[in-house]
Amino acid sequence: MALDKITQVSGRGVYVPGNDIDTDRIIPARFMKCVTFDGLGEFLFFDVRHTPEGKPTGHPIDRPEHKGAKILLSGANFGCGSSREHAPQAIHKAGFRAMIAENFAEIFFGNSTTLGIPCVNASREDIAKVAAAIAANPALEVTVDVAALEVRFGADKIKVTQRETARDALVNGRWDAIGELLDGVPAVKATAAKLPYLAA
Amino acid sequence: MPKSLFEKVWEAHSVRKLANGQTQLLIGTHLIHEVTSPQAFGMLRDLGLKVLMPHRTFATVDHIVPTNELVEPYQDPLAQAMMDELRKNCAQFGVTFFDRATGKQGIVHIVGPEQGITQPGTTIACGDSHTSTHGAFGAIAFGIGTSQVRDVLATQTMALGALKVRRIEVNGKLRAGVYAKDVILHIIRVLGVNGGTGFAYEYAGSVFDGFSMEERMTVCNMSIEGGARVGYVNPDETTFAYLKGRPYSPQGAAWDAAVARWKSFASDPGCRYDDVVKIDAADIAPTVTWGINPGQGISITENIPDPAKATSDDDKAGIIEALAYMKLPAGAPIKGTKINVAFLGSCTNGRLSDFQEVAKYIKGRKVAPGVRAIAVPGSQIVALQCEKLGLDKILSEAGFEWRAAGCSMCLAMNPDKLIGDELCASSSNRNFKGRQGSITGRTVLMSPVMVAAAAVTGHVADAREVFAVN
Repeated sequence: MALDKITQVSGRGVYVPGNDIDTDRIIPARFMKCVTFDGLGEFLFFDVRHTPEGKPTGHPIDRPEHKGAKILLSGANFGCGSSREHAPQAIHKAGFRAMIAENFAEIFFGNSTTLGIPCVNASREDIAKVAAAIAANPALEVTVDVAALEVRFGADKIKVTQRETARDALVNGRWDAIGELLDGVPAVKATAAKLPYLAA
Repeated sequence: MPKSLFEKVWEAHSVRKLANGQTQLLIGTHLIHEVTSPQAFGMLRDLGLKVLMPHRTFATVDHIVPTNELVEPYQDPLAQAMMDELRKNCAQFGVTFFDRATGKQGIVHIVGPEQGITQPGTTIACGDSHTSTHGAFGAIAFGIGTSQVRDVLATQTMALGALKVRRIEVNGKLRAGVYAKDVILHIIRVLGVNGGTGFAYEYAGSVFDGFSMEERMTVCNMSIEGGARVGYVNPDETTFAYLKGRPYSPQGAAWDAAVARWKSFASDPGCRYDDVVKIDAADIAPTVTWGINPGQGISITENIPDPAKATSDDDKAGIIEALAYMKLPAGAPIKGTKINVAFLGSCTNGRLSDFQEVAKYIKGRKVAPGVRAIAVPGSQIVALQCEKLGLDKILSEAGFEWRAAGCSMCLAMNPDKLIGDELCASSSNRNFKGRQGSITGRTVLMSPVMVAAAAVTGHVADAREVFAVN
């Protein structure tokens, strides 16, 4: 199973401010009553994009100038809470291909990486810098360079970090581990044979 | 060299190093449910793969099941479709399914332990972040996403990097009216909602030594609310006594061998920890949340935070956002906040001891007029245990609706939901915006006995006063 080498992602960015944006906010639980991930994109951030009466609230991702954005920026502890892969699936299906935040919640980070969506960490000041540049010019191209661990925008750039195992997996096209895990099945059986509770 | 339980379990289950530096980790027990597994089975079909170890895969249905509707088809066709899908997948791939007809159905984190499937020194994964619950038995248990559910189905492994280990010691004696729920809400308040990112939490100290398995489960359950994907307690005689005689526990001679093996997984004295935090049990009070994440908690005797007194800009913004959503006045006592709904249940606090403790205090009392109160046992077995003891009657007479087992109003994927901006005193684990099924609904997390106190008074109350606990 050949996977793309994800060395960099370029496109317009959108800043969704806030800390501790949880996966219930990213994709409310009622939209998980489904047996496929199809169509989740339209429900991304649904309850903060709409009033209880269903009117648009003018959420950043709905603003016309951010239509088609590929890079999502946010604050600290993005994706906390539930392990639902529906959250990064919704982000992906809404067109986003990379995320920049101060830091990400553990399970969300792993789920996103497995879908080939790079999540990179930047300082609050640097995120504010990129957000300000996007606010000044929403058409600005932002490049998340996973290989070089930097984000470039206009003439400017910032340093970012990412867990090395994730960076390696993305740039070398092995972010979805299933192929490699399947290759290891004989070794899995050997390890299992040493554990009494796994006897058939 | 002395090692922690985490290191020992990790080493025993390490298959090999992967090219990116992660470990291919053997997952001995895979628990699945209807919400996060259908897409994984779909991927398996697309790839032409089978379930590698169907005898180590166990399914139940919990998130979407109605708690007041037992006959299928359910009124909600989407819920029925998920039920059908799980049933079909289990039959096709040879997976044991604790369906409602078996009498063993319930919330996945309650079913695993009560069946004796959850055992010390093992690895467990489930497509649900509260899988950390199983760590109460000295297992390393991970909440995972659907692609990893696929990986574990197909290979009984997943790709993972080792976690650091933080030992959290709670020593001393808990004050009267302080419960396991208060301990974990206090820990999250102290260490923050993302303080545990990258860590496994090892809970220890005299308080944990004295805790029952159900109390340990309540704490381990909410590890993820503090950012820690894994939380565990070292196995001891309490653990073994709980497991003895359960359907999937080893029997006969195998039992003694298993206990000896389980003991060997406990952290060695003098092992290295990446961090150690010590908490004095006497500092923990009945704790309730006032905001929109589980770290926004205060003692029942404290006032709601005031943004004017915030310690940082971040803190200030957090308080303003939370109070705007919660519609609570800054600086006022949390005690006395009017409630509309009382919810007892969830994988955090839906076990026999939770209902026993509530029944002890609520007997002869009545839920306040205008409060909607529901009690949802965590499993069919918990329901039966409660009913045998007459706890269902005590709760019903007090004005709680006694329901069938499921996740219910913890995340409101079934018909149990808040309406409008109702405020719910809840024994569940998350107070996120919209969590309980209404986009403006409000959640105040607390222990089951505090929920009972709120239910009978109609407002957030100090159970120690309401029930004369001392």
